[in-house]
Amino acid sequence: MTFFTDSLPIYLNGAWYTLMITVGGCALAFVISMIFGILGTMRSLVARAIATVYVEIFRGVAALVLMFWLFYAMPLLIGYRLEPVVAAILALGLNVGAYGAENVRGAINAVPRAQYEATVALNFEPLQRMRLVILPQAWAQMLPTFGNLVIELMKGSAVVSLIAVSDLTFVAQQMRTFTGETLLAFLAALIMYFILAQIFLFLTRMAERRANRRLGRLPDRPAKKRAIPSMAGVARGGES
Amino acid sequence: MPQSEQNIQDTIRPDASPDVPGPGDAVQQPLIRFEKVVKQYGDNVVLRELDFTVQPGQRVTLIGPSGSGKTTILRLLMTLEQIDGGVIWVNGDPLSHMYKGDHLVPANEKYQRAVRKKIGMVFQQFNLFPNMTVRRNITEAPIHSLGVPRGEADERAAELLDMVGLKERIDEHPTRLSGGQQQRVAIARALAMRPEILLLDEVTSALDPELVAGVLDVLREIARTTDITMLAVTHEMGFARDVSHRVLMFDHGRILEDGPPDQIFGEPREERTKSFLHAVLESG
Amino acid sequence: MDWDFIVEAMPALLAGLRYTVLATVMGYALALVLGLVVAMVRKGAPPTVAKTVFWIMEFIRCTPLLVQLFFVFYVLPSAGIALTPLTAGVIALGVHYAAYTAEVYRSGLDGVPKGQWEAARALSLPGVRTWTSVILPQAIRRVIPALGNYLIAMFKDTPLLFAITVPELLFEANRLGGENFKYLETISAVGVLFIVVSVLSAIGIRFLERRYAAV
Repeated sequence: MTFFTDSLPIYLNGAWYTLMITVGGCALAFVISMIFGILGTMRSLVARAIATVYVEIFRGVAALVLMFWLFYAMPLLIGYRLEPVVAAILALGLNVGAYGAENVRGAINAVPRAQYEATVALNFEPLQRMRLVILPQAWAQMLPTFGNLVIELMKGSAVVSLIAVSDLTFVAQQMRTFTGETLLAFLAALIMYFILAQIFLFLTRMAERRANRRLGRLPDRPAKKRAIPSMAGVARGGES
Repeated sequence: MPQSEQNIQDTIRPDASPDVPGPGDAVQQPLIRFEKVVKQYGDNVVLRELDFTVQPGQRVTLIGPSGSGKTTILRLLMTLEQIDGGVIWVNGDPLSHMYKGDHLVPANEKYQRAVRKKIGMVFQQFNLFPNMTVRRNITEAPIHSLGVPRGEADERAAELLDMVGLKERIDEHPTRLSGGQQQRVAIARALAMRPEILLLDEVTSALDPELVAGVLDVLREIARTTDITMLAVTHEMGFARDVSHRVLMFDHGRILEDGPPDQIFGEPREERTKSFLHAVLESG
Repeated sequence: MDWDFIVEAMPALLAGLRYTVLATVMGYALALVLGLVVAMVRKGAPPTVAKTVFWIMEFIRCTPLLVQLFFVFYVLPSAGIALTPLTAGVIALGVHYAAYTAEVYRSGLDGVPKGQWEAARALSLPGVRTWTSVILPQAIRRVIPALGNYLIAMFKDTPLLFAITVPELLFEANRLGGENFKYLETISAVGVLFIVVSVLSAIGIRFLERRYAAV
């Protein structure tokens, strides 16, 4: 027990890094998801092709490979080395953004066509259509998967320890070397990751409830069982 | 209401109106004119070279067996479907096409928006926006696509809701309303855009029988107090008889019979019309 | 970009790919078996056991695979269990993905109509027979595409084994890149390879979906 109490500040510091990278990566992933997700629903063949190419490329390369490329390979191309944290956030954001784009595309396409027809009958402009009617309705559908992607991104952020960013995993590695308490060193990190994940899940559920209330769905409806967080699942959901 | 009609008349660009020959008996330029309109889904031809006109203020009921092309006519007018041949004219402007020099080319989004501003539609399944309250359902479109100030749009929404008997429900979510109430809100929403033409696509078909009368009463009231041009696809023959000036009987994408309701319902000329009416009245 | 170097590095990269594929196949096999066991325990075991298993799986799903890799790689040997890096990697991959495949199996099991269990009971089939010849064949068939997705996901996760010194693709690319200062060539090659596999496998999954999901 003393191991935990003594090293808590160090782990909290690591958790802070993990949190920052997760939030940064999520912000980037969210913007990318929206842009490429909406492009993927457009009638223009070019727009859809751009979205498909983005998704296929950045979904195909694992965040770790992408991060290594940004950190080790890209400097040879542009003559400038990114900060490790920046490389990590870019890699995670670009990778998870590809899954997010599929999520956004799927959710927009799931809004009933009748809603789109009503916006035509009311003579909305295309942008107004998207902003006032389609996105607010797709939002509730996007949220559960976005929640899972946040967890995936947080878990994925552990790879930053491999380029010497002192996140939770890095701290665990250091504690293992310094204290020799192999089991405790990793267990402490795992528990902190788990707590972070539970916080993210809680926030997502709150957001889901709010979104459903806004669509006039009964707030006392039993919460939908959480879909299992997985990029594989997202990939599938997006394609159907 | 005549005031608002006038406003809409002002927005029509007289210079864009080509010289459309009206039908022989018409004094006025028709408000709607279908010219050899073709619509097909794959090999299934829904409308074959359809010609007809509607005068301003006319209330027209479209009847006929399902699949005869009635709903397609409304959807083409609302630009929800692409036209496969011919031209639709609204107040002298082509709807599906626009002029490029002297030639007609397929219309772009911006042009279509300008022309369809005059047209409103009420759907079978209401299609209210679940992410908005009743109030915003009615006010968002006037605010954003007509540029009406919010205060004015709110006032108008209250008036319209009063007319459809739902004044108290203004801040509720549409999902809390019954089907009949939702459809009355949808009618108010369409009227808030001050349309010159109102398209009614089987507006009572999705409702429980006891809710139909409330919706039809609202429509009767609109017919009595305004001169909005109406095109209604309906199976409510009593309603059609009461409000319409004209009934069009469709079969296989063609107009089989065209006349005042008394004649169509009282002494139909075509055997097909007779048997159709017989079947509808039997089941109703 | 030094194309000649890429050609030169190919044999070493392909040797790395062999480890990547090996780890994926063995890890996936473990995940398939373990996941099925977990799903059956959660369906058949007493509530307290089922609940405990659920939280263990939830814990595994909510924590990084990389840390789990380190855990297996460093902690088990300190408990006296000797492991090669590859074995440690396969165990971590298999257990991690079992937490996901278990959910896939569970959805498949839930999809088997209740009447099938009742019919089996009516025929007084023994429990094992009920599972093996009535329930599982129906449950698994409909989740084959979903399971296939996790094979691809696992393949994309194998570069993590680099961190525990398994000489897989990324490890080799990194080594060659470091020795010759040719990171751009080697890591780009790895990236392209992953994209190609990913696109091909997406097509494969769509085929599986057409073939099985409609049943």
